[in-house]
Amino acid sequence: MATGLHKSDVANPVLRWIDARLPVITLMQKEYGTFPTPRNFNYLWNFGALAMVNLLVMIATGVVLAMHYTPHVSMAFDSVERIMRDVNYGWLLRYVHANGASMFFIVVYIHIWRGLYYGSYKAPRELLWMLGVVIFLLMMATAFMGYVLPWGQMSFWGATVITNLFSAIPLVGESIVTWLWGGFSVDNPTLNRFFSLHYLLPFVIFGVVFLHVAALHITGSNNPLGIDPKGPQDTLPFHPYYTAKDSVGLVVYFIVFAVLVFFFPNMLGHADNYIPANPLVTPPHIVPEWYFLPFYAILRAIPDKLGGVLMMFGAIAVLFVLPWLDTSPIRSMRFRPVARVALFIWLLSFLVLLYCGGKPPDEPFVTISRIATLYYFAYFLVILPLLGRLERPLPLPESIAMPVLRGGGPLPAGAMSKPMEKA
Amino acid sequence: MADSMAPTAPQDGETRRDFLQLVTGAFAAVGVGAVVWPFISSMNPARDVLALSTTEVDLTPIATGSAVTVMWRGKPVFVRNRTAEEIQVARQVPLSQLPDPATDQSRVKKDQWLVLVGVCTHLGCVPLGQKPTDPRGDYGGWFCPCHGSHYDTSGRIRKGPAPTNLLVPEYAFTSDTQIRVG
Ligand code: HEM
Ligand code: FES
Repeated sequence: MATGLHKSDVANPVLRWIDARLPVITLMQKEYGTFPTPRNFNYLWNFGALAMVNLLVMIATGVVLAMHYTPHVSMAFDSVERIMRDVNYGWLLRYVHANGASMFFIVVYIHIWRGLYYGSYKAPRELLWMLGVVIFLLMMATAFMGYVLPWGQMSFWGATVITNLFSAIPLVGESIVTWLWGGFSVDNPTLNRFFSLHYLLPFVIFGVVFLHVAALHITGSNNPLGIDPKGPQDTLPFHPYYTAKDSVGLVVYFIVFAVLVFFFPNMLGHADNYIPANPLVTPPHIVPEWYFLPFYAILRAIPDKLGGVLMMFGAIAVLFVLPWLDTSPIRSMRFRPVARVALFIWLLSFLVLLYCGGKPPDEPFVTISRIATLYYFAYFLVILPLLGRLERPLPLPESIAMPVLRGGGPLPAGAMSKPMEKA
Repeated sequence: MADSMAPTAPQDGETRRDFLQLVTGAFAAVGVGAVVWPFISSMNPARDVLALSTTEVDLTPIATGSAVTVMWRGKPVFVRNRTAEEIQVARQVPLSQLPDPATDQSRVKKDQWLVLVGVCTHLGCVPLGQKPTDPRGDYGGWFCPCHGSHYDTSGRIRKGPAPTNLLVPEYAFTSDTQIRVG
């Protein structure tokens, strides 16, 4: 065998020839075939794979929509209506893309919740977690700019309010906003650049997802017990065990997605976005897309402009430092009786903010939002750092296999030896 | 050859290398800056956008107590013909009660004509109050429905999250019945 070639054990000679020169088959086999994966995943571990599929759906539908869409203030709205009425299956592509954004956020919110509950952000997965927060930020930027493209009333006024957030920055705020707009208000230059960036960012997300997964394959997956696998009896090869489990989740996901697209395609959107943008009239009640509402509620809960903007961005920034705020070495909330309750209350505060963000900025919603905002931050900045010291955790099981097999049973074929042999 | 390039180079050789590294680094930084700037600058308003920056308004059709909205640089501009009562209310409030203190006199060129950029200084919505049927807030001027800012009959912020008064644009009376904004 020639030197400089990878020693491939692929059987098919053509594939082996390729694999010897570019070992993608070996790589896939190692990372998605035999990859040793904790044997005790529950269905919350489906959501990473679902997010990946969702990203591909967005790119596929987006690229085709872009073939029919016109990014100009006088034509954008009509070009989207033309997609809906005249382009073959245009309605389907647009409804899949618009509801796909909602599905994406549902999936990613559950994915983040999984990380919070099972302590997946803790050592050694800090960087993996931070890359996830970067993806979340990029998704928000992408979805925000996508929502501007149809150039309806909510597109226009959402863009106006969100870009104006930057005017809160002292001294340079106004210049930054003018630069973002490319003019003196949200107008054609703004629409043009938003389209350009809306096309670009999903591919940037794709790149960061690659790094996210690369980091995952160094540390390995966390699991519902939050303890490390101690040997082959604690893991299963990724294929066929988790490819099968992910497929089950994928089917359920596509059913929910299809129900949204075919029966309630406009339920999560806002009716005002079917009114063409009018720079002279603000709709009486502007709200962002549902997935931004918790952060919008935080913005409105603070009576000061700069303070509100800082708190809103702070709500996401705090996730970056979460691995160092949570001082407990126990990962899974199953073994943290107090932190577990505190985390469920945090979830409640998040949902309350989501609800209040969609309500007019009057009482009682302002006071409720303030309390929920306070708790949102207190959980990260006060409760977690303290509990790490004060809480007495429940005893951890000795290994993953012990509670799963309830004292030991027959191991599934391949679980024992395969992963270790190949690795 | 290999000997003279061995890692144990004389002391002064090392400082020379440091210097070269520093100079190269500095040139690279300047170069990157020079290349990045056109990209950033291209996103600022283009010349045609800057050129569209004046608007003429004929004041004759605006009766006392009513207002019109015109477009200037893609933004609404409010032109209100104020009643005597509105002017009086605006001038009676002590400056100490204002979040962004400014006298009414400093905000107008002719008492009755109030010209404002109709953009809420909070996050840029268009406040209500131009149409007779609109809510005008607790201070009889404008009310921004987005996050609840109240402006008075001089367009000054009185209540709500907006930090500053409605902006008075650059404008001039070109005749008794005509103004040019911008
Ligand atoms: C991270 C992935 C993406 C997200 C979260 C996303 C989100 C959105 C959202 C929320 C809308 C507004 C839908 C509506 O109300 O009509 C939209 C519109 C649009 N997007 Fe995307 N998008 C993504 C990827 C892409 C890609 C990769 C492309 C192009 C290659 C694209 C092209 C478009 C076009 C042309 C529109 C305007 C047509 C329409 O409004 O349906 N998108 N996007
Ligand atoms: S934009 Fe007017 S109150 Fe926020």
